[in-house]
Amino acid sequence: MRTIDVGEIISSIREMCIEANHFLSEDMKCAMKCAEEGEDSTLGRQILAQLGENLEIAGREMIPICQDTGMAVVFLEIGQEIHFTGGLLEDAVNEGVRQGYTQGYLRKSIVKDPLIRENTKDNTPAVIHYEIVQGDKLRITVVPKGFGSENMSRVYMLKPADGVDGVKEAVLTAVKEAGPNACPPMVVGVGIGGTFEKCALLAKKALTRPVDERSQIPYVKELEEELLEEINSSGIGPGGLGGKTTALAVNINTYPTHIAGLPVAVNICCHVNRHVVREI
Amino acid sequence: MRGRMERHVNAPLTKETAAELKAGDYVYLTGIIYTARDAAHKRMYEALERGERLPLEMENNVIYYMGPSPARPGRPIGSAGPTTSSRMDKYAPALLDLGLKGMIGKGKRNGAVRDAIVRNGAVYFAAVGGAGALLSRSIVSSEVIAYEDLGTEAIRRLEIKEFPVIVVMDAEGNNLYGD
Repeated sequence: MRTIDVGEIISSIREMCIEANHFLSEDMKCAMKCAEEGEDSTLGRQILAQLGENLEIAGREMIPICQDTGMAVVFLEIGQEIHFTGGLLEDAVNEGVRQGYTQGYLRKSIVKDPLIRENTKDNTPAVIHYEIVQGDKLRITVVPKGFGSENMSRVYMLKPADGVDGVKEAVLTAVKEAGPNACPPMVVGVGIGGTFEKCALLAKKALTRPVDERSQIPYVKELEEELLEEINSSGIGPGGLGGKTTALAVNINTYPTHIAGLPVAVNICCHVNRHVVREI
Repeated sequence: MRGRMERHVNAPLTKETAAELKAGDYVYLTGIIYTARDAAHKRMYEALERGERLPLEMENNVIYYMGPSPARPGRPIGSAGPTTSSRMDKYAPALLDLGLKGMIGKGKRNGAVRDAIVRNGAVYFAAVGGAGALLSRSIVSSEVIAYEDLGTEAIRRLEIKEFPVIVVMDAEGNNLYGD
């Protein structure tokens, strides 16, 4: 058994919220750079160059990459040998988010009630996903999720007979409807299988996989590559103003499902695909 | 239709200037604009329904759909990119009919907004979504002028210099995103 004081989690999450909102991961930066070099549209290239410049300014001057610093989605993979002390884990995560968003000059975008809509003024609560895994390590992934693209995400409850063509159509429909609203170039997270909520979670988690890493399942890898090609031939382009850079990657996760169903979730993320991972 | 042009334009806009702008033009805006997004629009719309005055005059003004991140000490504003415009579609036609000449946001608009743009000789601009750090550098000053309790959603008066936008819908109803 290993003991972790939740104070350590508070400080980690505070730092991770600030880091994620000012710096993108290397794979994202490379993908953006490659896209700029390969874009044929003049306006598209100009927009991609501005996005590159935006990233540089954000890191250098500590201005958030995007003013929508997101709802804090936190994945906790908890080794089952760990015993937490010093307080409630959930409270610690929220305290980390509170400190990160207030001390880091990040935008407070959370309302306490979806219909009464009063701002909580500290960006809490976070959306927390717990997973119990083997070992004595805690792996934290902080994903500040912006809502321009979140609003364009979709869940489709397909029929088994719809098959792989149905999945493709679902993903392409979601991307085309998202168009300029989701701040392309996007990253497309797809969850296939499970139940209604499980496929959405698979899709969200797929967004945290590096954009240059393909699925290890051969047919899924092919599907990722095929969908990316089709999405990029849609012509939506950077900023939705035309070009061949509509998406930087399609990341698909799958899970067993019921004999009667084929759930598909498409979680769209803009080019500010933020996530920071830390292991304690 | 003439080719796309790069232009330097002052805000507030005049009807004449608005009429000269065409979908696809790359525009650098300088002058005074105002921010308002979801909550401020809802509040203005409800004020109009009650027959009350709005906290800012619409005539010839430009509204930027934006809620900034907080400014660090010594800076005018934090990250300041556009939010999705379609959420303001319910409210925009009423404001356009009051003389609003320009809107800056990102993404598609509905038919009612497009009709109101044409009817009033206005313009819809897009700024580059997700470029909030870059765009913040074209904002010289920022002052909350109404609805301060809404936090990031308050109405702000922005002084901007060479703020880069693209004309998406012009006064003739042309739409750069296509139909």
